[in-house]
Amino acid sequence: MSWLQKLLPPKIQRSAGGGRKTVPEGLWTKCPACDVVLYATDLEKNLNVCPKCGHHQRVGARARLEALLDADGRFEIGAEVLPVDTLKFKDSRRYTERLAEAHEQTGETDALVVMQGSIRAIGVVCAAFEFDFLGGSMGSVVGERFVRGVRVAIEQKLPFVTVGASGGARMQEGLLSLAQMAKTTAALTDLAERRLPFVSVLSDPTMGGVSASFAMIGDIVIAEPKALIGFAGPRVIEQTMRQKLPEGFQRAEFLLEKGAIDMIVDRRQLRDKLATLLALLQGMPAEAAS
Amino acid sequence: MKTTFLEFEQPIAELEQRIEELRYVQDDSAVDISEEIQRLAKRSQTLTKDIYGKLTPWQVAQVARHPQRPYTLDYVQALFTNFEELHGDRAFADDQSIVGGLARFNGEACVVIGHQKGRDTKEKIGRNFGMPKPEGYRKALRVMKLGEKFALPVFTFVDTPGAYPGVDAEERGQSEAIGRNLFEMARLRTPILVSIIGEGGSGGALAIAVGDVVLMLQYATYSVISPEGCASILWRSADMAPEAADALGITANRLKTLGLIDKIVPEPLGGAHRDPQAAAQSLKKALAEALKQLQAKKPKELVDERLERLMGHGKFKEAAG
Repeated sequence: MSWLQKLLPPKIQRSAGGGRKTVPEGLWTKCPACDVVLYATDLEKNLNVCPKCGHHQRVGARARLEALLDADGRFEIGAEVLPVDTLKFKDSRRYTERLAEAHEQTGETDALVVMQGSIRAIGVVCAAFEFDFLGGSMGSVVGERFVRGVRVAIEQKLPFVTVGASGGARMQEGLLSLAQMAKTTAALTDLAERRLPFVSVLSDPTMGGVSASFAMIGDIVIAEPKALIGFAGPRVIEQTMRQKLPEGFQRAEFLLEKGAIDMIVDRRQLRDKLATLLALLQGMPAEAAS
Repeated sequence: MKTTFLEFEQPIAELEQRIEELRYVQDDSAVDISEEIQRLAKRSQTLTKDIYGKLTPWQVAQVARHPQRPYTLDYVQALFTNFEELHGDRAFADDQSIVGGLARFNGEACVVIGHQKGRDTKEKIGRNFGMPKPEGYRKALRVMKLGEKFALPVFTFVDTPGAYPGVDAEERGQSEAIGRNLFEMARLRTPILVSIIGEGGSGGALAIAVGDVVLMLQYATYSVISPEGCASILWRSADMAPEAADALGITANRLKTLGLIDKIVPEPLGGAHRDPQAAAQSLKKALAEALKQLQAKKPKELVDERLERLMGHGKFKEAAG
């Protein structure tokens, strides 16, 4: 024991030994945009939108569906579809390990959750990406669940709504993941043939193989404020162009200005907006969406 | 034209160099060395066979990107007659990294579309290294629609490092342009025959690669991301590209096993660039066979089968219950 430790009162010595946990974690959180300190429950109640500055933080797939769909009459679609490691892919770690870890972190079995339900009593099938599951990347399971969701929409004559939050294709599934771009988009042609609406909501971030397949070709394309949306990632573009990208590049507001999306909708108004739009597209009376 | 040899082909290059030297001295040599030359030429061929018999996926990627590899317009010239190139997307520009037009295949009218890389520096820049911008994909779609309207089969040739990742491409809707093509190609009411001839680079390749039959040249690659890109993300170093190439499964053999391509078209020994005519004939034969089968089908049958194929792509398991 050093002379300093001998001098210290026993209480301080103990606390220096680690394991002090007086404040429970996650009770308070800081808004990354305006630095205001928020009570976590308040933030959650506000759909992860900062009540002070309106910054939209990311939200998980289930929380998203919880916020969009009516409480009654929800059924999950495609939960039985589970990932396999066809390529026996291994980089610094095995794909199977990454899958297991993502499952542990999110409670999900893959990056897409699909549910049939209703938005203000208007029936829908809604597919939401889980960004925390391997960056919301699209592999075989995402593609198959998407297609099963579309099939239910067709059987039940319902519109289809997606909420994007994805870095793009899932590298660990190689070309199989690229094939999901063609698969999901081809499924949408079945909806189109039957004149069932497809509304695509883009949240932060919607990139790569997801944006370059079904996400930008909705009958209506909606983005959340400041969401990063694009084909190539900003870092890749910076490397190619060898220049700094302008402020706001590939953000929702930029896309609106360039004519790539129909509107930007605040998450807190999204449910109402979707109900209004789905009623309009299906020629329903205005009361249907109230 | 002198063959450019890749790094792993250096032993072949050395042999060829010696043969070349011997040929040079043969002219003013008193002794007959033609036998020696023949012996070396034979050895060079055996060596090529050996090396090409066990190419790693990363080496295949090098062959797919070989600077002398035949490009789309080389195949267009060898496989088609009456090629009439059509330009522009009718909205913004004519993207030279995708070529398209009308032509005849074995005498029958058709539509041809393909990525086009450049040979010399000037052409490379003009063709943007075969990396299309949205207007390129929109031109391709316009020409495909022309094929549909006049009931002409569509031949596409895939050879791109990927869609262009640049500010202007993003501004004009790169994602939408690719997505739109995937959507429209799924139900195009005319046969689509896809040939992967060089680099099949991700979404930028797929945007003209949805079809009824997908052929792939023996040493072409087709991948969700370039080996370098994958390595720098997952291994955090582009130097690990050979490992990434291996893991990603980018070669014709692996993709055939996964059911993502239909047929592997054999290339001449040492790759298509060693004998472009032979490569073209090999591809022409495969395309003619495929076209014959597809032409027997009505548009609805064609589209239904195409959709079924697309829906069948993917590997997963199902939980009991």
